[in-house]
Amino acid sequence: MSISSETEKAHPQIIQSWRDTKAKPFVQIEQITKKFGEFTAVDSVSLDIYKNELFCLLGGSGSGKSTLLRMLAGFEKPTSGRILIDGVDMANIEPWERPVNMMFQSYALFPHLNVEANVAFGLRREGVKSQEVAQRVQKMLDMVQLGHLAKRKPHMLSGGQRQRVALARALIKRPKLLLLDEPLGALDKKLREETQFELINLQDELGITFVVVTHDQEEAMTLATRIGVMDQGNIAQIAEPHEMYEYPANRFVAQFIGNVNLFEGSVITSEKDSVTIHSPDMDQLIKAHHGISCVPNQSVSVAIRPEKMRISRERPDAEFNSLPGIITDYAYMGSQSVFKVRLTSGKEVRVTLPNNARDMGDRLTWDESVYLSWDMPSSVVLTS
Amino acid sequence: MNLASSNVETQSFLRRQLSRLLAFNIGRLAVILTPTLWLAVFFFIPFLVVFKISLAESMIAVPPYSPLVEWNSDEAYATLKITLGNYLFLFESRFYLDAYLSSIRIAGISTFFTLLLGFPIAYLIARSSPMQRTILLSLVILPFWTSFLLRVYAWMGLLKKNGVVNEFLMGLGIIDQPLIMLQTDFAVYIGIVYTYLPFMILPLYTALEKMDLTLLEAAKDLGAKPYQAFFLVTIPQAMPGIIAGCLLVFIPAVGEFIIPALLGGSDTLMIGRVLWDEFFLNRDWPMASAVATIMLIVLVGPIMFIRSRSKQEEV
Repeated sequence: MSISSETEKAHPQIIQSWRDTKAKPFVQIEQITKKFGEFTAVDSVSLDIYKNELFCLLGGSGSGKSTLLRMLAGFEKPTSGRILIDGVDMANIEPWERPVNMMFQSYALFPHLNVEANVAFGLRREGVKSQEVAQRVQKMLDMVQLGHLAKRKPHMLSGGQRQRVALARALIKRPKLLLLDEPLGALDKKLREETQFELINLQDELGITFVVVTHDQEEAMTLATRIGVMDQGNIAQIAEPHEMYEYPANRFVAQFIGNVNLFEGSVITSEKDSVTIHSPDMDQLIKAHHGISCVPNQSVSVAIRPEKMRISRERPDAEFNSLPGIITDYAYMGSQSVFKVRLTSGKEVRVTLPNNARDMGDRLTWDESVYLSWDMPSSVVLTS
Repeated sequence: MNLASSNVETQSFLRRQLSRLLAFNIGRLAVILTPTLWLAVFFFIPFLVVFKISLAESMIAVPPYSPLVEWNSDEAYATLKITLGNYLFLFESRFYLDAYLSSIRIAGISTFFTLLLGFPIAYLIARSSPMQRTILLSLVILPFWTSFLLRVYAWMGLLKKNGVVNEFLMGLGIIDQPLIMLQTDFAVYIGIVYTYLPFMILPLYTALEKMDLTLLEAAKDLGAKPYQAFFLVTIPQAMPGIIAGCLLVFIPAVGEFIIPALLGGSDTLMIGRVLWDEFFLNRDWPMASAVATIMLIVLVGPIMFIRSRSKQEEV
C-alpha cells in the first residue's frame, strides 16, 4: 500500500486501494463493447473499480457513460466483453438478480405508491417479513430525513425530496454496488452542493461502492475518489480528481476538465529532465518539465491552467515562458478576476487572478499591454 | 393624511380584486356552461320525458299513455295523475329481474373478455414504433367505416350451421357435425366482444402509451421479475384506461338490443330486447319507460361508486 504524503484530505479514511497493485478489483469491466446497429456506443472499455470507491464516469452526451452504467445494471447486454462484480461474471444474470441497485436520473418513483411503499418495494420482492420491512423502511426514511412524509405520493414532493426517496429506495436492499445516473442533475445549485456532501458522507458511512454518471465536471471533482473521463465510447483517462486536473493525459481531458490554454508547437531539444519547445504563437521558447518521451521535431501541445499564469506590466526577467499581449476582456467575479489577453500572434489566452486583497488599487484593465509568464513546473506537455 | 391615502389605496385594491373576480367568473361560467347545456338538452330533458311517461298509465290513444296533468275546464282545476304501478309490477315480476340480471351477467362476461383481448393489443400498439402505431390504430378504427348492422349480419354468415366456420372445421376434419353457434349466448358474447373491442383498446392504449418505461426498469432493478413488474407497475399505471375501457364496453352492452336480437337465441334474455318488445310489440310505453329508468339507475350506481373511489385515491 502506498499512501503518499501529499494526497488529499477529502477522503482521509478511505484506503486508496486502486494504488495497490495487489488489491483485487470489486468491479471488473473487461474489453466491453456495445453496439446499437452500426453505432458503437462503448468501444472496448476496460476498467477496474475497487471496494468503497466513489467512481465517477464523466463525459458529454453520447460519450457512452450511461450505456456503460446500464450494462452494469443489466438493462443492456454487452456486444462483447464481460463484467464481473465481486468476482461473479454478470453475463447471464438478469437485472433483478444482480447485487446492484440504481438511482435513475428521472428518479423513476412509482407514481401509484406512496413514499413508504416505494422504499419498501425492493424488500417486499425479497420476501422480507412485513414487520422487518416496516422497521427498515422507517430507519431508512429517518436517515434521509423523510420520516414525516412517509404517506405522501411522489407527485406531492419537491425535487429534493423525490431525490431522497429515490436514494432511500436504492439503498434499502443494501446493494454491493450503487449506480447513480446524474443524481444531482435535477436539483438547483444550492441543494446540489448540500446533497453532494451528503452523498459523500453516506458513502463513507455505508461502505457501499458507488458508480456515478455525470456530465458535470465540478460534481465529479467534488464527489469522486477517481474519475473516468469518457469520449466517444472510449476512456480518455482514469485518475484521481487532482491528478486529472494537474496532469491531464491528453488534449481532450485538458480541455474537458476546467479551463486551459493550449500552445501547439514542436520539440526543439529533449534533455534529461526538461524539454524545449517552439510554438508559432510565441517569440520565446517554452521550457517544460519532462514527464513524456519525445523526439526533436515531434509536434506537441503545452497546457497551462489560467490560474497558474502570472500577469504583469513589466517584462519578466526570464529566457523562457513569457510573452507579451494586450488585455481584450476583463471580468470581476468576486473571488477572482478573469482576463482575456490577445497575443501578438492573435491567439487569445485566459488568465485568472485571485482577488486576495479588498482594495486592489491600480488594477489592470482593458487595452493595457501586459506580459504573461509561468513557472516551468506549471505546464504539462501533451503528445496526444 | 397617511390614513386617507391608505384608504384610497385599499379602495382601488378592492376594485381591482372585484373586477378580476368578475372576469374570472365569466370565463369559468362559459367553460362550465357549455357541457352543462349539452347534458341538459340531450340527456336530462329526454330523461325527464321518459320518467314522466313511466308514471303514466297505458291506454289506446295517441300518444299511447295517460296525460300527467288533467285539466278540468268546468271547475277550473288540475289533477296530477301519477301511478307507481309500472314500477311495482317491474319489481314483483320475476321476468324483469331475470332480464336485468342476465343483461348484467352477459355484459360483465363480455367486458371481461374484451379486456382480456384488448389489453395485449393495446400493449403491442403502445410499444411499437410511431409509424406502426398510426397504422395499427387506424386498423382498430377501420371497422367503424362499415355499418354496425352489416358487421353483425356478417357474423351470422360466419356462425350459422352451414356457415364459414363450420365448413372450415368440417373440411379440416376436426368436427363431423356442424356446431350450433348461432342463436346461442356464445354468439352474443362474440358479437359484443367484437363490436366493442375498439372502445376497450383506445383508452387502454392512451394509458399504456403515457407510461414511463423507466418505471419497469426501476422495478426490475429492485428485484421484480418481469411478470411481477407487469402486475405491480404496468397494471396500476394502466388502471385509468382499464376503468374507462370497461365502462365504455359494459354500459352500452347492458342495454344492447341488436346483437342479442340477431345473434342470440330465444332464451337469450337481455333488457334491451325486453324494452324493444314493450315499446313495439305491446305498445306499453309507460312500462317500457319504467324499464329504461331502472336500467339507468342500475348503471349510474356503479359509475358513481368508481368515480368517488378514484377521487378518494387522489387525495
